[in-house]
Amino acid sequence: MAIFVNADTKVIVQGLTGGQGKYHGLRNQAYGTQVVGGVTPGKGGTTVDIPEGGSIPVFNTVAEAVAATGATASFIAVPPKAASAAILEAAAAGIAFIVCITEGIPAQDEAKVFNTLVRNYPHTRLLGPNCPGIISPGKCNIGITAGEIAHVPSAAGPNVGIVSRSGTLTYQALYELRQRGIGVSTCVGIGGDPVPGTNFIDCLREFQADPETHAIMMIGEIGGSAEEEAAAFIKEHVTKPMSAYIAGVTAPEGKKMGHAGAIVSGGKGTAQGKMDALRSAGVRIGLNPTEASDLMAEIVAAL
Amino acid sequence: MDLFEYQGKQYFARYDIPVSPGGVAYTVDEAVTVAASAGYPVVIKAQVQVGGRGKAGGIKLAENADEVRLHATNIIGMDIKGHVVKRVWVEHASDIAEEYYASFTLDRAAKKHLLMLSAQGGVEIEVVAESNPEAIVLHHIDPVDGLTLDQARAVATEAKINPIAIEGAADMLVKLYGCFTRGDCDLAEINPLILRPDGGVHALDAKVSLDNNAAFRHPEWDEYRATEELDDREQLARSHDLQYIGLDGTVGIIANGAGLAMSTLDVVNQVGGSAANFLDIGGGANADMMAAALEVINFDQNVKSIFINIFGGITRGEEVAKGIVEALGRVDLRAPIVIRLDGTNAELGREILANAGIPESTLISMPTMLEAARAAVAIANASTTENGN
Repeated sequence: MAIFVNADTKVIVQGLTGGQGKYHGLRNQAYGTQVVGGVTPGKGGTTVDIPEGGSIPVFNTVAEAVAATGATASFIAVPPKAASAAILEAAAAGIAFIVCITEGIPAQDEAKVFNTLVRNYPHTRLLGPNCPGIISPGKCNIGITAGEIAHVPSAAGPNVGIVSRSGTLTYQALYELRQRGIGVSTCVGIGGDPVPGTNFIDCLREFQADPETHAIMMIGEIGGSAEEEAAAFIKEHVTKPMSAYIAGVTAPEGKKMGHAGAIVSGGKGTAQGKMDALRSAGVRIGLNPTEASDLMAEIVAAL
Repeated sequence: MDLFEYQGKQYFARYDIPVSPGGVAYTVDEAVTVAASAGYPVVIKAQVQVGGRGKAGGIKLAENADEVRLHATNIIGMDIKGHVVKRVWVEHASDIAEEYYASFTLDRAAKKHLLMLSAQGGVEIEVVAESNPEAIVLHHIDPVDGLTLDQARAVATEAKINPIAIEGAADMLVKLYGCFTRGDCDLAEINPLILRPDGGVHALDAKVSLDNNAAFRHPEWDEYRATEELDDREQLARSHDLQYIGLDGTVGIIANGAGLAMSTLDVVNQVGGSAANFLDIGGGANADMMAAALEVINFDQNVKSIFINIFGGITRGEEVAKGIVEALGRVDLRAPIVIRLDGTNAELGREILANAGIPESTLISMPTMLEAARAAVAIANASTTENGN
């Protein structure tokens, strides 16, 4: 088990013939992910060669790719101008799980796409945009995570599920757990944009239900109220032990720290407020990624 | 990107939102000319992106050209909380019967647009929210559906806007929503939105924040960008497309990803140091960007050590390493680098650095984020003590 994606997940890459799509799509394939096709309008019928041998077929539309390959997941690596249309095309073609790594999509477009999915395609889950993707170590890797930094879960357990709002801190968390020999069931990077398709709560619910996940590590950051909402959910519904880290303890107020999400305004969305909320929900808080991982090692040792 | 009031009003005008007749002036003579065409009496308003300008003497009423000269002379060049007034907005002074508040933002928790409307405008909305929350009507809008005139009318009625102003206010709300959505704003706010004795309504102030991600479809934003007030370091970073925020510590920070960059600030702080900046070189940064980032950091005279914290995903280790080598050949760095490099092709990157013949006094490689932070802080603190700072 794992959440959202596993060894059976068949993936197409929208933008497979582009620079990012090709580089990461082939890396995902090399990791063992079933990358069964690519989509680039106008390049249908061509193929992308796999360095180790073989090739991946390219289609003009997602619908054609789905019909030919039976894919249920899509990895979108196209520029911001084209990303909204690519997401909606995938949903319309029946893709159940969409990972969009594109950074820089206008907030107005994102809000419209999210609400269109909710209304017209309730069975489609969008991860991202502006996220690193998802990895179920040893089974499936969709996105830009370097697969080798993730420790494969053990059948006997205990294994940890990771959910993170920040891209690079997702890798940091995976890496810290690997150094401690802790297996990861699934690691989900939800991204730091204002309207993420999948939020903390969506992942926490799945991890709570996943028999292969025994503990959960959460990485948040300043701005917005997603961590506070997650804390309320944890209090009610999560019984598995958790550790967390919130980035931006020392960030000055009113300054935009790169992400649309990472801004503290009027004392709201501070790291302190988020840490307090999580602590009161029983989550153990580390003041940096290493400390949060040390706490997770303690949790796992006690299981 | 936050707009000045005058830019916000000009932006509103593009979406047919009525504002007072007026114009921007950079000199006293220009202010007099604008005042004449706006019609006396006029209000002269300092253009700064900081609150409290009225109290500081940055907003004055003028009945004639002599008074315009007097006030414009005082206001232009005035320092308001560290912001020097470079320009004033001069507009016809409106007769005010009532003052309202209206804004559109994205409610991230609800994932819908949020209209806030209150009959108690002209004061800080946070104060109203605190003291009299029921005076603010909150209305969520599904971005797919948008806002209709009927809905706007209903919200205006619910907010207890004066019945004679309902029609005008509803029309304004629909136009302001158009500005917010088609104009790609993060925030579009009018405070106060006024009712005049003649029954008309218009925007007496404008607070607009634009979504930088949408800049590609708004060539008209270029002129706003030109007036953004950045310090020299921020200006240099902007020209290289780097996410940079100047702070006042001694450890220069370069990291990939906003989260890791913030985390790097946190760790530097926890081990007893202080960050000179926030710098996110972003995903997929190449050698050229890394070299540019080092140049930006090097511009800052307070920097005593440089902590490069990279965990490669899209960013590849060998590109980072090539950038550092290139930068060292191009610029004379004022402080030593401590680097922690992990993730995609990190080993290749570390190899490039090890074989580049860089002396240890210039670059030290550390295996973990914490150890690298400690090393960078130790260098910075030692150097600060040496110089007697």
